[in-house]
Amino acid sequence: MSLRRSCVLALLGGLALAAAPAAARQEMRAGGKLVLTNGVSSVDGAAGGGLATWALIGGNETKDGIGGSAHVTYVPLADYSLASYGAAIGIMDRVELSYTRQVFDTHKVGTALGLGKGFTFDQDVFGTKIRLFGDAVYDQASWLPQVSIGAQYKHANRGAIIHAVGGAHDSGTDFYVSATKILLARSLVLDGTVRATKANQFGLLGFGGDRHDRYSAQFEGSAALLLTRKLAVGGELRTKPDNLGFAREDAAWDAFTAYAMTQNLSVTAAYVDLGSIATVKGQRGAFLSLQASF
Amino acid sequence: MLPLLLFAAASAMAVPPGEQPVDPYSQSDANAGAAPFAGQGMWQAFHEQAGVNRIVDGFVDRNVADPVIGEIFRGQDIVRLRRTLKEQFCYILNGGCAYSGRTMKEAHKNLGVQMKDMNVLVVNLQRAMAAENVPFFAQNRFLAMLAPMKKDVVVR
Repeated sequence: MSLRRSCVLALLGGLALAAAPAAARQEMRAGGKLVLTNGVSSVDGAAGGGLATWALIGGNETKDGIGGSAHVTYVPLADYSLASYGAAIGIMDRVELSYTRQVFDTHKVGTALGLGKGFTFDQDVFGTKIRLFGDAVYDQASWLPQVSIGAQYKHANRGAIIHAVGGAHDSGTDFYVSATKILLARSLVLDGTVRATKANQFGLLGFGGDRHDRYSAQFEGSAALLLTRKLAVGGELRTKPDNLGFAREDAAWDAFTAYAMTQNLSVTAAYVDLGSIATVKGQRGAFLSLQASF
Repeated sequence: MLPLLLFAAASAMAVPPGEQPVDPYSQSDANAGAAPFAGQGMWQAFHEQAGVNRIVDGFVDRNVADPVIGEIFRGQDIVRLRRTLKEQFCYILNGGCAYSGRTMKEAHKNLGVQMKDMNVLVVNLQRAMAAENVPFFAQNRFLAMLAPMKKDVVVR
């Protein structure tokens, strides 16, 4: 843990040094992004939609500043609930560093599974994302999207149970490439992300399993319509691996509304269907998320 | 001969009433930085010349009074800005005007505009268009046409 933290600090230090010569002519400014163009906090903590990670960089900063965001998300499902909270730093609209903690509560199912009522599976997600090229907002004369790559290191806290149900590892790293385009003339936002992952149920049930223990390419897609300067509605699809023999895993989808209440505060409300989780089918419910950004 | 030359020079640099002289430049609709829309749909969505006049005036008023970017407009020729913006919007919306202003690159080269300033300006334009009740989807079609100007406006 301390090694990881020192790596992050070293990265931040390196960026600060790299930025120093430019600061002379390039005045540093706080904030300045157009509302909603930093996305909202996805379930994995990266800027995106609700389920999908997007190529947009979190925080309100432009290329001339450093910004950040914090979020709390609650996903009450038919039999379970998922809560997550975390924060992200956006550096010059180029680099995003994020941390999120997910808490998956089994409620009554915990009793049925012999784990105990309200037994939780928790996970830490450390993310980094780098924008490679493109400007999703201003590149309106070409079809070129904004493209970012990223990695998410995930560590689940229930290693013993994960191994008992056939999970191969209690930690893993996802790698992804994401392309986001705002088709302003059509008031549309489109995103496609390909993720190389071994994660079972986002990683809460570990990584790899008795059926497969190899990376597979999974897809995340989002489409949203801009209704006003502050309001977008849309839908998302996210496919997931199916590595565990004891329980089938389904693709997840949602239909969402994202509203920027102010320049610094946005709320996302969605209907979400996560399919079957640990043999319990029909895990549908709400996705409610509040994000503050600066 | 001399009076004729003087007359020619004066007419080439004719300054509209209330405006300050600018260095000579070649005039062309291409200076507007965007091609006009086809048809009359966008022109009508912006309520034609009267609507464009109100939008530009509201837009300029908001920019001049803006706590973040107002400073950039201080000392600028606001009379000329209103006239050339009305021409530019009318030309792009296919309202049949000619654009007599400078290129976006030339007009912004000494302003030191940063990304944040550009985004604040966009919001002021969105507010001015909303005040005129321009449908949001038409606002976005117009902004999509203006967006590529960022490369000439944001200079640092």
